Amino acid sequence: MDLLRFITAGSVDDGKSTLIGRLLYDSKSILVDQLEAIERQTKNKANGEIDLALLTDGLRAEREQGITIDVAYKYFSTPKRKFIIADAPGHIQYTRNMVTGASNSELIIVLIDARQGVVEQTRRHSIIASLLRIPKVVVAINKMDLVDFSEDVYNNIVIDYTQIAAKLGLKDVTYVPISALNGDNIVDKTDSMPWYKGLPLLEFLETVEIAENINLSQGRFPVQYVIRPQTEELHDYRGYAGKIISGTYKVGEPVTVLPAGIQTTVSRIEHNFKDVTEAHAPQSIVLHLKDDVDVSRGDVIVPTSFLPKQSNELEVLLCWMDTKPLLSGNKYQLQLNSSRVRAVVKNIEYKIDVNTLENIRFDGSVKLNEVVKATIRTAVALPYDSYADLRANGGAILIDDTSNITVGACMIQ
Amino acid sequence: MSSYSFDYLDHLESEAIHIMREVAGQFERPALLFSGGKDSICLVHLALKAFRPGKFPFPLVHIDTGHNFPEALAYRDALAEKIGERLIVRQVADTIQRQQLTEPKGKFASRNALQTYTLLETIEEFEFDCCIGGARRDEEKARAKERVFSVRNEFGEWDPKQQRPELWSTYNGRISKGENVRAFPISNWTELDVWNYIRREGIELPSIYFAHDREVLVHDDQLIAVSDFIQIEAGDVVAVKKVRYRTVGDMTCTAAVESHAATLDEVVNEIIATRISERGETRIDDRVTEAAMEDRKKNGYF
Repeated sequence: MDLLRFITAGSVDDGKSTLIGRLLYDSKSILVDQLEAIERQTKNKANGEIDLALLTDGLRAEREQGITIDVAYKYFSTPKRKFIIADAPGHIQYTRNMVTGASNSELIIVLIDARQGVVEQTRRHSIIASLLRIPKVVVAINKMDLVDFSEDVYNNIVIDYTQIAAKLGLKDVTYVPISALNGDNIVDKTDSMPWYKGLPLLEFLETVEIAENINLSQGRFPVQYVIRPQTEELHDYRGYAGKIISGTYKVGEPVTVLPAGIQTTVSRIEHNFKDVTEAHAPQSIVLHLKDDVDVSRGDVIVPTSFLPKQSNELEVLLCWMDTKPLLSGNKYQLQLNSSRVRAVVKNIEYKIDVNTLENIRFDGSVKLNEVVKATIRTAVALPYDSYADLRANGGAILIDDTSNITVGACMIQ
Repeated sequence: MSSYSFDYLDHLESEAIHIMREVAGQFERPALLFSGGKDSICLVHLALKAFRPGKFPFPLVHIDTGHNFPEALAYRDALAEKIGERLIVRQVADTIQRQQLTEPKGKFASRNALQTYTLLETIEEFEFDCCIGGARRDEEKARAKERVFSVRNEFGEWDPKQQRPELWSTYNGRISKGENVRAFPISNWTELDVWNYIRREGIELPSIYFAHDREVLVHDDQLIAVSDFIQIEAGDVVAVKKVRYRTVGDMTCTAAVESHAATLDEVVNEIIATRISERGETRIDDRVTEAAMEDRKKNGYF
């Protein structure tokens, strides 16, 4: 049984919460008392049926306002897979939440209301999916029951979205016509749309291949912590603790410690209290080096045969996440995995319209939820990969030095 | 190039170890909140994997309400001794006395809410900048929105609207003076994941997780252990039943379930079959209001 992380995106009334509720409900992940609790709440409302959306609307403020205001994580399993859903809200002011939820997702479900077709928010969500390089897209065309399960409606939406996907470079797109409310094409194929030849949504999610972005040849190992027991019997023990974020490591392999550039060899790998001859992403291991070199948190150990790029000038796509505007010349901390360095946003070239993907002239400041192309200068030359090549080593955050808040997400070019 | 596949438990385990090591790497004075419950027992197991053969870079901290199951306390002490790590215990009773707190009254008077006071005192006493906890997002709706690194102000309060965006596997643990962080390595685990992991790893648990005979008070379909901490009144139904616990909290607010499951396999099979969620079945304190957990978290609860 493996693990799939996906994100759901939709506008306010696309039925996103209902879809998630439906997946949880039909996979029997909703337990009796939770169901009773939503039944009680539903009775306080006008309509009589169980409101599946209530399962995902977590906070009281949201229940009062009837909207979702933050990323919520939901879990369900089938005998084939465990699923982690990042439920991100759809409204315009919460782009940052969608970026957050998208950053860890291998798949996105873009919900479209069959009656509305492709709308502005569909475009925005898809642009974010492409910026964050979510490998797989499922377009779930919902509320098919309200358009008489019409194949024409479905086909027209597919045609519209195909254009968006082509423009954004979204290569792996699957379309499923559904009714989340009635459960059509969720777990089982519905009789109402015999013209649809694909899999029902859940079966697709269970069987879609997960590449996991794990490139076995492209080893990347950021050091998180140095284990030095300094006891009598373990006097010389010096192990580098971290998680392999990409690739494979083998004992005897020539490696380089960056940013210093020191070359040495892997002498020992520990995993699960045992010595192993090789280890793979995403395992958390302890790595030992043959030579007594100076390695500390924030360093990256990479195969000498496959070095990342290294520079103190990074071209990035930057999503701004703070209410305080970003100004060119502002100083921040930039964190890429376990490495954190001082950074200055040197040059902002242009803004990207997240509704059209067009470049707009930069007008002096960057506001919350805006995306820009910028150059960031770092105090130390950082080892990195292009986000497009290796998500795990190409996404960094910016931290405000004074408030300590995470203010930006950088996709390094 | 060959390909490898990992079980979902391998993913969850590695993620949790990564989070613990981020805590160790980013904070000066972290602590691991240990209750003797299965989730915090898992945390200890994960910490062993994260830091051995070194020592833990943090002590285990138990906020003792004084209403704990004796079996859980015995387990706690034995575990700390076995792994040779420092255990700090602070008593809620001491805080009640020192701060002149008013104890809740009633049949199942619980010190659950008062734990927050002792926790905050303990954080101040040791100047902890990060407390690792065993909370899971599947436990409850408010938790589903909490970050892995959850920043709290000096009153321990969580502000759900001011959470930091948390991207990729990059955790921002920078804080200002007075703030501290709660870190939740098993955020993405469900109750069943925890049990499956315990079974896979062969982790030892306190005996109360397995079926045993116990004198219980039958109250609103819930079975409450008879102890000095609850009031038995005329008309109460008290009986000896074969029970086990799904969660281990205070004796006053943790209900037992009837069960004959005596082994880990039997317990896990029962959990799979069960159709009632963990907090609903066994936590009396969550029934008060729909927003009970949200309120407590805002007020600095774990």
